[in-house]
Amino acid sequence: MAVAEQIITAPLTKPRLRRAPLSLASFASYLQAIPLTLILAFFLLVPILFLLVVSFWDYDFARMYPGFITRNYAEVLGSWVTWKTYLNTLKFAVIVWAIALFIGFWVAYFLAFHVRSAAMQTVLFLICTVPFLTSNIIRMISWIPVLGRNGLINTTLVNAGIIPQPIEWLLYSDFAVVLAMVHLYTLFMVTPIFNTLMRIDKSLIEAARDAGASAWQIMWNVILPLAKPGIAIGTIFVVTLVMADFSTVQVMSGGQSASVALMMKNQMSLLQYPSAAANAIVLLVLVLLLVAAILRVVDIRKEL
Amino acid sequence: MSKAAEIDLVSVSKIYGATTAVDAISLKIPAGTYCCLLGPSGCGKTSTLRMIAGHESVSIGDIRLGGTVVTDLPPARRGTAMMFQSYALFPHLSLIDNVAFSLKMKGVDKDARRAKALEMLQLMQMEGYAERRPAQLSGGQQQRVALARALITDPEALLLDEPLSALDPFLKIRMRAELKKLQTTLGISFVHVTHSQEEAMALADLVVVMNDGRIEQAATPREVFEKPATAFVARFMGDHNVVSGRASAAADGLNEFQVPGGGTFAATGISVEAGAPVDAAIRTDHVRIGEAAVRGLGFTGTVANIEYRGASVKLSVDGAGVSDFTAIVDDKSFYAQPVAVGDAVPLHWDAEDAIILGRPFN
Repeated sequence: MAVAEQIITAPLTKPRLRRAPLSLASFASYLQAIPLTLILAFFLLVPILFLLVVSFWDYDFARMYPGFITRNYAEVLGSWVTWKTYLNTLKFAVIVWAIALFIGFWVAYFLAFHVRSAAMQTVLFLICTVPFLTSNIIRMISWIPVLGRNGLINTTLVNAGIIPQPIEWLLYSDFAVVLAMVHLYTLFMVTPIFNTLMRIDKSLIEAARDAGASAWQIMWNVILPLAKPGIAIGTIFVVTLVMADFSTVQVMSGGQSASVALMMKNQMSLLQYPSAAANAIVLLVLVLLLVAAILRVVDIRKEL
Repeated sequence: MSKAAEIDLVSVSKIYGATTAVDAISLKIPAGTYCCLLGPSGCGKTSTLRMIAGHESVSIGDIRLGGTVVTDLPPARRGTAMMFQSYALFPHLSLIDNVAFSLKMKGVDKDARRAKALEMLQLMQMEGYAERRPAQLSGGQQQRVALARALITDPEALLLDEPLSALDPFLKIRMRAELKKLQTTLGISFVHVTHSQEEAMALADLVVVMNDGRIEQAATPREVFEKPATAFVARFMGDHNVVSGRASAAADGLNEFQVPGGGTFAATGISVEAGAPVDAAIRTDHVRIGEAAVRGLGFTGTVANIEYRGASVKLSVDGAGVSDFTAIVDDKSFYAQPVAVGDAVPLHWDAEDAIILGRPFN
């Protein structure tokens, strides 16, 4: 509007500098953004800044000494235990991501393309979210009576005479960790993929069929490419959640497996806060690099 | 390229649960015909097209294409290609890959299919945009790409689902001319679903007017307009007054009928036995102001509304048991003897402009 007015009045009046009047209205949008800016600043930026500062401090068994030393980082990056732990965490992330993607995609696909009525879609989707009404810990612990040495699966199999003695690796193993993580995090894959699949125009699938595409060709050439943004968002959720997980690893592996977050927790319980902070910064950088890599591959702007 | 085939629908029905969308229609579309399926929304025209395309199963009946029964064949093996209402271009593919899609599905190698796709884009004068994405195109350009994609399969019939409805009025008229030209060049049958009678009249060799899952009339545009088969067709095509009454007598090829609580009218056409209900269509643009020479070919009513339309004037007249009777009078004769709202005005027309309409078989 303002531009149009200027164009119209320009030939009639001498060109002169006219500033927009300083009114409340011109600040309104800034005012509206202030609450969120403050929340993010105080609860995200400031803590990360503290973390960064503390990661350079010195410490002994009793207290921290402000300073600027790089020993914490040297310890983190120089120890093969750290590298093994990071690799182990990445291994969990990759396995859980792959399984969650497989299950999540098909659940979302079923919801989006095979459930006809919108009401049924909502109901089934809500059923997917029902486990999330309880806490992570409870859902995790509830696996113990199922998987344990004298748990549901082992007793059933032994009593049925299928196996002579209980399977040991069901609980307190990497298998148990992966199982629990998949259980906890698959919904984070289902939701974004379901969202993108719902936006696919059904006539695109008909057009593909009209062009002679088989069901698999439609999946590979139309649905998967169009679901990519959802897959990327789900991947970001799952990878960041797994990378930051310590309780699942601790409970389900029975202390036999390690993760980066678990390592940090242990350092904190030994009051080695600067060391834990350095670890946290390294993990943060690693996760940010992973997210950046995903965003480079897939354009998710359309979904946000 | 011309391997046009006749499309033959044999009492085809489409039943969704308790509702019958298409009710036992039979239709022969000769090879190389531009056929328009015309009707209001919900009349079954889109279901019919989708059944021909193979995107909707046929509940009862058979569809033949060039002598082959295609009722149970998948869309790609019928020899038809469909152009969707929203064009359904793949948003993640460039135009050339969109057009080459069906060749890719067939396993044609990349260079060959891209060469063929570029050829199709050239035919549509879209080769300059080959590497663009559909979202970067205007509606008319998207339509051309959709046409190229449909025609690359070398179909025997092209099925178009409301192809012009997404375009602005100016573009509509331009694309309509392009469609007609394309059909003439290719020589294959086009089946075009539309709710616009203007579009159907401009394009079609064969207009199929549908209502309520049935075919009301299938004929050339001129015949549909000049001799509408039913009251529905007359009303839907527009430019007709439909007068309903009961037959009273027949004389000199004119059927007289009585409008309940009103006057007596006469119309030409099939004779109707006395007492039977009659609908007659009277062309609005053939009505003239003045006393009728023959009884029944005119009436006197009160002018309810006058609309000036430039070259003509539209009068709405009530009287003789008929309300909202439209007369389009050319401006010269109107201003020679102007009338005003509320005036009583005699109207008359020629015998051949009032025709008895058939009743839909119930």
